[in-house]
Amino acid sequence: MRWLAFVLVLVPGMTYAGEARPLAENPLAEARLKHLAVELRCLVCQNQTLADSNAPLAEDLRREVREMITKNLTDQEIIDFLVSRYGDFVLYRPPWKAATVLLWLGPFLLLGAGASALVVALRRRTRRPLDVPMTEAERRRVEQLLSQGGSRL
Amino acid sequence: MKRFLLPLAVFVVLVGFLAAGLTLNPREVPSPLVGKPAPPFRLPQLHEQDKTFSPSDMAGRVWLLNVWASWCGGCKEEHPVLMRIAKAGDVPIYGMDYKDRRDEALTWLRRHGNPYPITAMDEAGRIGIDYGVYGVPETYVIDKQGVIRYKQIGPLDDEIVAKKVLPLVKELQSK
Amino acid sequence: MIPEIGHFALILAVCVAVVQGTLPLYGAAVGNSALMSVAKPAARGQFFLVLVAFCCLGYAFAAKDFSVLYVAATSNSKLPLHYRLAAIWGAHEGSLLLWTFILTLWMVAVTIFSKHLPEAMRARILGVMGLVSLGFLLFMLTVSNPFERLIPAAVDGRDLNPLLQDPGMVMHPPMLYMGYVGFSVAFAFAIAALLGGNLDAAWARWSRPWTTVAWCFLTVGIALGSGWAYYELGWGGWWFWDPVENASFMPWLAGTALIHSLAVTDKRGGFKVWTVLLAIMAFSLSLLGTFLVRSGVLTSVHAFATDPRRGLFILAFLAVVIGGSLLLYAWRAPRVGLGGGFDLVSRESMLLANNVLLIVAMGSVLLGTLYPLFLDALGLGKISVGPPYFDTVFVPLITPAVFLMGIGPIAQWKKASLPALAMQLRWAFSSSVVTAILLPFVLGKWTPLLSLGLLLAIWIVTTTVVNIRERVGHLVGNSLMSCLAALPRAYWGMVLAHCGIAIFIVGITMVKGFEVENDLRMNVGDTATIGGYTFRFEGAQEVSGPNYVAARGSFHVTKDGREVAEMHPEKRVYQVQNQTMTEAAIDTGLFRDLYVSLGEPIEGGAWSVRLYHKPFVDWIWGGCMIMALGGLLAVSDRRYRPAWRRERYEEAEALRSISKSVA
Repeated sequence: MRWLAFVLVLVPGMTYAGEARPLAENPLAEARLKHLAVELRCLVCQNQTLADSNAPLAEDLRREVREMITKNLTDQEIIDFLVSRYGDFVLYRPPWKAATVLLWLGPFLLLGAGASALVVALRRRTRRPLDVPMTEAERRRVEQLLSQGGSRL
Repeated sequence: MKRFLLPLAVFVVLVGFLAAGLTLNPREVPSPLVGKPAPPFRLPQLHEQDKTFSPSDMAGRVWLLNVWASWCGGCKEEHPVLMRIAKAGDVPIYGMDYKDRRDEALTWLRRHGNPYPITAMDEAGRIGIDYGVYGVPETYVIDKQGVIRYKQIGPLDDEIVAKKVLPLVKELQSK
Repeated sequence: MIPEIGHFALILAVCVAVVQGTLPLYGAAVGNSALMSVAKPAARGQFFLVLVAFCCLGYAFAAKDFSVLYVAATSNSKLPLHYRLAAIWGAHEGSLLLWTFILTLWMVAVTIFSKHLPEAMRARILGVMGLVSLGFLLFMLTVSNPFERLIPAAVDGRDLNPLLQDPGMVMHPPMLYMGYVGFSVAFAFAIAALLGGNLDAAWARWSRPWTTVAWCFLTVGIALGSGWAYYELGWGGWWFWDPVENASFMPWLAGTALIHSLAVTDKRGGFKVWTVLLAIMAFSLSLLGTFLVRSGVLTSVHAFATDPRRGLFILAFLAVVIGGSLLLYAWRAPRVGLGGGFDLVSRESMLLANNVLLIVAMGSVLLGTLYPLFLDALGLGKISVGPPYFDTVFVPLITPAVFLMGIGPIAQWKKASLPALAMQLRWAFSSSVVTAILLPFVLGKWTPLLSLGLLLAIWIVTTTVVNIRERVGHLVGNSLMSCLAALPRAYWGMVLAHCGIAIFIVGITMVKGFEVENDLRMNVGDTATIGGYTFRFEGAQEVSGPNYVAARGSFHVTKDGREVAEMHPEKRVYQVQNQTMTEAAIDTGLFRDLYVSLGEPIEGGAWSVRLYHKPFVDWIWGGCMIMALGGLLAVSDRRYRPAWRRERYEEAEALRSISKSVA
C-alpha cells in the first residue's frame, strides 16, 4: 500500500487532491542546499547554521546558494564564493591551512602524547620492587599498632 | 619534578589567551576584500532612477562607499559624521542604500541630510553580499585603482575618521 | 525593604566566608581544634544567610517588585508565578545567586555527612569551599548585584525570555549547577589532601560518593538542556557543540575520568597523584565554563549578557583558584608515593587508558572551542569551529574508550592475561561484529557509522552479560536470583551506568541514521506520509495564553488506518518582547518521536510545515537518565553507609581479638 502513495507523490498532477506538496520548488536542489547550509554559519546570529536561521541575511544567502545550485556550481565553488566575501568565519568546518594544522592534528597529537605518557608510567610501575614478606618482629609490631588503633576509622 | 609544573604552565598560557580574548569582539567578521579590487556592479541611482552608478565611474579618485539603510539605527548615529566629512570635502562619500524602499530612503535623506553626491540602490541586497556586508552601516575606503583599502564595520565616529580614515585617504590621494 | 535585607544577608555571608576560609585552614595547619571547629557553624551560617538572600529575591519576583533592576529586566506582570520564580536564575546576577546557594547547600551536606572524617580534613574541606564561596559572593556584591535598585521603578518588566518560559529550562540550571558545584567538594577533598599531606586510599573512599553524586546531577543537567533544546527550539536539534554546551560537557568528561580513577585509588591505592589532578581539573573546568558563559569571549545563543568587567573578575578568580591549586599540586604531589604496582595488562592499566582517552577527548573539545579565540588573539584571522569538526574528531577518540568499557570490568586487578581475556570475550566480540554488520541491512540502510554505533552498543551489552555470568559463576549459591542479589549495589550501579551508555549510543546512531524530515506546504485537508505515519492537516486557529497569542495548528495522525495522535503545534508571539516562538508538537514514543512544527502561513489558509520522524530519539535522554540512576545506585552501596561502617569496625575489632588469642 505504501508504494502506491510513494508513486502518487512522485507524479505531480496525477496525485489525488489533498496530498501535501513539498515546500520547495525543486526538492533535489533543496536537499543540496540543506547539505551545504548545515555547514555554513549565519553571520548575524549567535552561533546558528545558515539552515536554521530566520535572519534576513540568512534568507538572502540561502537564496544565493540556491541560485548557484541551479546553475550547477559544485559545492567547492559555492564555498569559495562565500569565503571570498566573508572569510573563513562563514565555515563551520575549518579549512585545512597553515593556521589550522594544530587544530586538526591537535587531538591526535594529544592522543599520541597521552599514550606515550601512559606507556612510560606503566613501565615505571612494573619495575618497582616486589612485595617483601613480613618478618616475625614486624608482624608483632603490626599487632601492637592495631590494638592501639582506636577511633581512627 | 618538572612534569608536575606542566598543568600550571598550560593553565598560565590559557589564562593569557583568555585575557586577550576579553579585549576582542568575537562577533566581528573582518573582510577578506581588503586589498582586493572592489567588486564591480552597476546599480540604478536613488534620486535619478534612469541613471546608474558603478565603481568604474570613480576610477582615478579616492572615495568612500557607505552602505546604509533607512531602517538601520546605527546609520542614524553615524550620519552627522558623514555630513561633516561631506562638508569638509577631503574625500567624496557615495552611498549604497541596502535592502531599502525608495520612498523611505528619500524621506530619510530629506530628514537627516544628504552627504552623498550619488546614492546607488541595492534593493535585493545582492551587491551587498558581493561586498561582504552583514550588518549596516559599513563603509569602504577605495583607492584610485579601485582597490578596497579599508573596511569599517559598524558606525563611523569622529575618532575613527580622524585617526584611521582621513590619514589613509590622504596617503592614497598622494600616490 | 526586603531586597535590602537580601543584600545585607549577602554582605554578612561575605564576613562569614572570610572566617570560614581562613580560621579552619590555619587551625588545621597548627593543630588547633578550637579554630578547626569554627568550620561547621560557619558553613551552616553561610547557608542560612544565602538562603535568606535567595528568599528575598524570590519574594521580589513573586510580589512583582519592579523597583529591583533584575526583576524589571527578567519578569513581567503577566508572567505566571512559577516562571516568575524560575526567573530568579533566568539571567546572570540571579544565576550567580543560585550557584552560591547551591554551594552553601553542598557545604551543609558536608557538615552533616562527614562525621567519619578526621577533624583536620573536614576543616580543610570546608575552608576551601568557604574560599570559593567568598569569591562568588564578592563577585555578586561588586559587579553583579541581583538586588540593585531601579529608581524610578519600572512600570512593568521586560519579561522573561520566551525561550526560558518552559519547564525544562526551569530544571536545567539547578541540576547543572548541582553538578558543577558538587565537583567543588571533590576539589576541596583534593586540596585538603594536598595540604594535609595524607593522600591515601581512605581519602579516595571518602571522596567517591560526593564525586559520584555530583556527576549524576551533571549528567541529568546536561540531558535536560539537550532535551529542552530538542523540543523547544523547533528544528529537532539536540546538540550543537556550542561553546556553552561544551562548557558543560568538558567537566562531565573530566568527572567521568575522575570517578573511574577514584575507584582505582580506593581499591588499589594507585593513581593517587593523577586522581588529585583530575579532581582539580573537573572543578577548574566548571569554573572555566562559568567564565566562558559570562565574559563575552565566545559567541553563543546560551551566553548571558556580557560585561568586560565581569569577565575580568571571573578571570582573576579563576587565576587565583586554579593557579593556586595547580601550584599546590606542583609543590606537594611529588612527595606522594606511587601506590600499588600493576602490570601492563591489568584492570588498572585499562582504567588508566580509559582516563587518557577521556581526557584527550576533553582536551580536543577544549581545543576546538577555544581555537577561534587563539587565532584571533594572535592576529591570524577569524574562523569558526562547529559540529563538522567536533563530530570528526570526537568519534575516533571515544570509540576506543567504549571498547575498553567492555574489557576493563572483566580484567583482573594487578595482572591480567591478554589471551585469557580474548578467550572470555570471543563470543561477545564475534556476536557484536556480526550483528552490527547485518542489522543495518535488515533495517534498510547500511553506512559505516551506523554499523560502528550499533557495534559499540551491542559490545557494551554483550560484555556486560559475560561479566555478570563470570561474577555469578564464582558465587556458590542456590538460585540465580539469590546470586544476583548477592552482588553489591556498586556493581549493579556500574552495570546500569554502562548500559545507559549503550542505550544512549543506540539513540544517537538510529536517529542520525534513520531520521526523516519533510518541508511541505499543507492546505487544510492535505495529507503527508513519513515513516509510515500519515499526517492530515486540519487547519489552524488563533488562541491566546497568559502573555502571548498564538496560531494553533491541528494534525490528525494515523498509521495503517489506526489512530495515533492529535498534534497541536503552535506559533506564538510573546507581546512584551515581541518575539515569535515556534512550539513544536511532539508525539513521544518508546521507539520513535513524531515531530511537527509550523512554519509560515501561506495564502488560502495553507501553512508551510515541517514534519519529522525520529526513531529512537528518546533513547538519547533515556540513556543519560539510566546512567545517572546507575551512579545513584552505586552510591547507595552499603560501604558508604555510616551504620555499615560501624559494623565493619566492630567486626574488625572482633577479628583482632581472635587473632590475639590465637597468637
